[in-house]
Formats: sequence, structure tokens, C-alpha cells
Amino acid sequence: MSSTHVIDVDVNGEVRRCETTGRTSLADFLRDALGLTGTHLGCEQGVCGACTVLLDGQPVRSCLMLAAQADGRSVTTVEGLSGVDGELNPVQEAFCGSHALQCGFCTPGMVLAVQALVENVPEPTDHDIDEAIGGNICRCTGYVQIREAIAKALEARSTIETVPAR
Amino acid sequence: MKPVDFELHRPETLAEALELLAEHGADGKVLAGGQSLIPLLNFRLARPDHVIDLGRIGALRAIRRNTDALVIGAMVTYHQAERSAAVAETAPLVSAALPHVAHQGIRARGTIGGSVAHGDPAAELPAVFSALDATMVAVSRRGTREIAARDFFLANLVTALEEDELLAEIRVAPVPARTGAAFNEVGRRHGDFALAGAGAQLTLTDDATVSSARIALTGVSAKPFRATEAENTLVGQRVDERLWRRAADVVRRDVDPAADLHATADYRRDVAGTIVERALAAAAARALGNRTGSMEATG
Ligand SMILES: Cc1cc2nc3c(=O)[nH]c(=O)nc-3n(C[C@H](O)[C@H](O)[C@H](O)COP(=O)(O)OP(=O)(O)OC[C@H]3O[C@@H](n4cnc5c(N)ncnc54)[C@H](O)[C@@H]3O)c2cc1C
Ligand code: FES
Ligand code: FES
Repeated sequence: MSSTHVIDVDVNGEVRRCETTGRTSLADFLRDALGLTGTHLGCEQGVCGACTVLLDGQPVRSCLMLAAQADGRSVTTVEGLSGVDGELNPVQEAFCGSHALQCGFCTPGMVLAVQALVENVPEPTDHDIDEAIGGNICRCTGYVQIREAIAKALEARSTIETVPAR
Repeated sequence: MKPVDFELHRPETLAEALELLAEHGADGKVLAGGQSLIPLLNFRLARPDHVIDLGRIGALRAIRRNTDALVIGAMVTYHQAERSAAVAETAPLVSAALPHVAHQGIRARGTIGGSVAHGDPAAELPAVFSALDATMVAVSRRGTREIAARDFFLANLVTALEEDELLAEIRVAPVPARTGAAFNEVGRRHGDFALAGAGAQLTLTDDATVSSARIALTGVSAKPFRATEAENTLVGQRVDERLWRRAADVVRRDVDPAADLHATADYRRDVAGTIVERALAAAAARALGNRTGSMEATG
């Protein structure tokens, strides 16, 4: 028993029409069909958060979703955050500046979880910040530098927002 | 690991889904948010030939308020329910429990109906809906069945749903004024399944007598647990701290937790009492502060 599906997915701002099988996860589709290997797979059971991508702007686990279910939706992976020449976006810049990564395995998922916080929550409390990254496991950093990076990213956001238009 | 090969169906209407279930129910699986089913597929603990995805059926995604019930569509996500004023006002215990369910990324996809149909005694909502006497509405090509929560959860991960049936919606009676609810749990990491969780909802009379009490517990029994005996000790009594302690003792007596890697049965039993006491005190404080029926229901 098997099935194939033609799907139209907006990946990082570009609509892709692809064929996929019913059982293919969104994570495997992104990695194997589109070559976007920035999406990492740790546990494939929803526990680690390494595979986090944004689905219509909301963080979801791409290991717990079928590629066919992304038909008609928009997906942002870590590759979609940086500029055309690979310039880091403010969240990535903050992670870099705070040494908020060591091995980097958790980083794509962590960065996207923080990106969603920065985009969706106007004035996050400590609780909001814990909630945003609470489902993402990092075995290296101990989270201290990650929290520092989040503070920096939020600060960068408020500076951008308050720059007066000329 | 990767799932076994299966045929994926993505029906656009409920009627289409029921046709597919009538045909493939025996060797098929319904896919809702996938936050429990896809791990089972990935580990090949589930090996269906057919998977029927409900994701395109808009009719199952609505939250409605009728005169006599709050109606939650099976495909309403945790994320959606958390932001619903109708849920907060008419089912404060549901609202209080929702922030304790899993992590943000899981709440964005996981559904209320999926949690109920999965029937996990460690999950918040099956216990909460048991305590609230909710009605589960099951549909199949054969017709519609209304199943009371007490008849719905049969054993660990076993519900009264038949192979060809879908859970379509959950109905909860709205709360009267002077009602307060609270939920709290003890676990290793917020968002993971807790060692034990407890929710309480209290309705008080004008002279602060308990007129209705509902107590839900997770992780302490082989099925979603409602602490009926403890509820009975509260009804008709004046609000008083000693009352919560007495109910907690009854809970410690009545629960039947299992031991596992994370905690012994005795520890879970003791924790169950403590968190029930806390939930009751918080629910009573909210009920006292709330005369109108619309309430704050977090925590
Ligand atoms: C890391 C992690 C942590 C979690 N922590 C918690 C937690 O703390 N508390 C908690 O409650 N849950 C937790 N969960 C589970 C989560 O809440 C699931 O979302 C939920 O149990 C199932 O809902 P779903 O919509 O994802 O259903 P699915 O996974 O799609 O389905 C679950 C089961 O129900 C059946 N089903 C689903 N919908 C219907 C329907 N409408 N009619 C008939 N059958 C149906 C499916 O066939 C399947 O057997 C966690 C999950 C993960 C991965
Ligand atoms: S790989 Fe998806 S959560 Fe771990
Ligand atoms: S940097 Fe290594 S797991 Fe987070």
C-alpha cells in the first residue's frame, strides 16, 4: 500500500511543486527532496525540537507532520532566515554574538523557536521566553547564553522598530 | 525510524472521511494533529495500511457556544482553544489545563479530539473532560452516538470509539457564576507529561458553600481519573482550608498510581494529594473573586 501526492508548498518564500509519498515526513521532504539539511532530526518523536520549522509562522515539529499535510501552507526553515548573500538575521546574529551554540545541532530549531517569539509576541515575559524554547533541548550550552541571545534579539528588534523614518 | 508504507487519504468533507473509514477502518488509522500517532508510526508501533487525515475538514475546527453547551470540534488545536474566549468563559477548567499540555510546537498541531480519542491517562484533557461530565459525539456512516465521558474512557489508551467511527465534537455544559478553576502538576520539565497533575473546579453559593466540585487527576490511574469521592466530601461544606486537606486525603486513598522510571507509586500518591489541595485552594480563591461567570482561568 502506498500513495503519491503532488503538493504546492511555499518554502522560504518560493512556491515549490513536488511529488511526495504519503508516509514522507515534512522533515525528510525538506532534507532529502529539497536539500535543506539545516533542519535537523534528533529523535523523530517530538521530544527534542531540533526539527522545528515555522508553519505559517508558528513553530511546529517537522518530524511529526507529513509532507503532504504542508500542501498549500508556507514553511520557513533556518535557510530562509539569512539574506541572499548569507548575511545573518538579527536572531542568528544574537546567537553568534552570545556564543549561544557549541555543537550547533539544536541551533536551527532553537533559532526558529526564537524567531517565532520575536515575530509573534510583542513584550515577552520570562515565562513567554521559557515557553518559547521549553520544547527545545540543548545538550551543550546550558541555556544561559541562549537566554542572553534572546535578550539581544529582542533588543535588536526594539531598536529596529524605534528607528524614526527619514 | 520511518513509518511503514501506507496509503494516505486527505478527504475534504466529513461524509468523505466516513466513507473512507467504513471501508478502511479495520486496517486504517485516523490522523488528527499527529502528535501521538506519528511517533507511533515512526517507531512502527502502528502499522496501518491506510491513514485518513482529517486536516482538510474545516467543519471539525469550530468552537461554538449553544444555549446549553460549549461545543469543541475534534480538530480544534490546543493553540486555538487556548486563545478562545468562549472556552475561558464557559469551561474554565479546560482553559486552566491547556497551558500544561506539551510544548508550544506540539500545541500548534495537537488537537483536542486527538487527545480525547487517544485516551491517555497521563494526558490532561481526558481527565478534565471526565470530571466535567463532557459528552463525546461520535459519527459514522451508521449515524451519530452521544457518549458520556464515564462510558467513553475504557482503559489505558482504549476508548468506546468503534473502528468506523470518528470523534466529531466534545460538548461541555457551561459553568454558572461564582465558579473558579485551577490546574497544577509536578513533572521534570514543563511541557513533558507530568508525574501527576490535578485540576479542580468549584462553584460556590453566595455564603461560600461549595455547591459543585470537580476534581481531575492525571498520571495516577490506568484510565483518566475523576476523584468522585473527594468531590462528595466537599459539596455542602463552607469554604475552609481544612476541607481541601480532607479532600486531598481521600484522593491519596483512592488513586491507584503505577511506579515507573520517573517515580514510585507512593511518591505519585502523595503528590496527587498535595496538588489536589493546591488546585482546590486556587479554584476557591477564583470562585470567591468571581461573581459573574467570566473568569480568569490560568495556572
Ligand atoms: C514530546 C511530547 C510531549 C507531549 N506532552 C503531552 C502532555 O504533557 N499532555 C498531553 O495531554 N499530551 C501530550 N502529548 C501528546 C499530544 O497532546 C497529542 O497531540 C495528543 O495526545 C493527540 O492529539 P493529536 O491531534 O496529535 O492526535 P493524533 O496523534 O493524530 O491521533 C492520536 C490518536 O487518536 C486517534 N484520533 C485522532 N483524532 C481522532 C478523531 N477525531 N476521531 C477518531 N480517532 C481519532 C488517532 O487515530 C490516533 O490513534 C505530547 C506529545 C509529545 C510528542
Ligand atoms: S526530531 Fe523532531 S522533535 Fe526531535
Ligand atoms: S549547541 Fe549542541 S545541542 Fe545545543
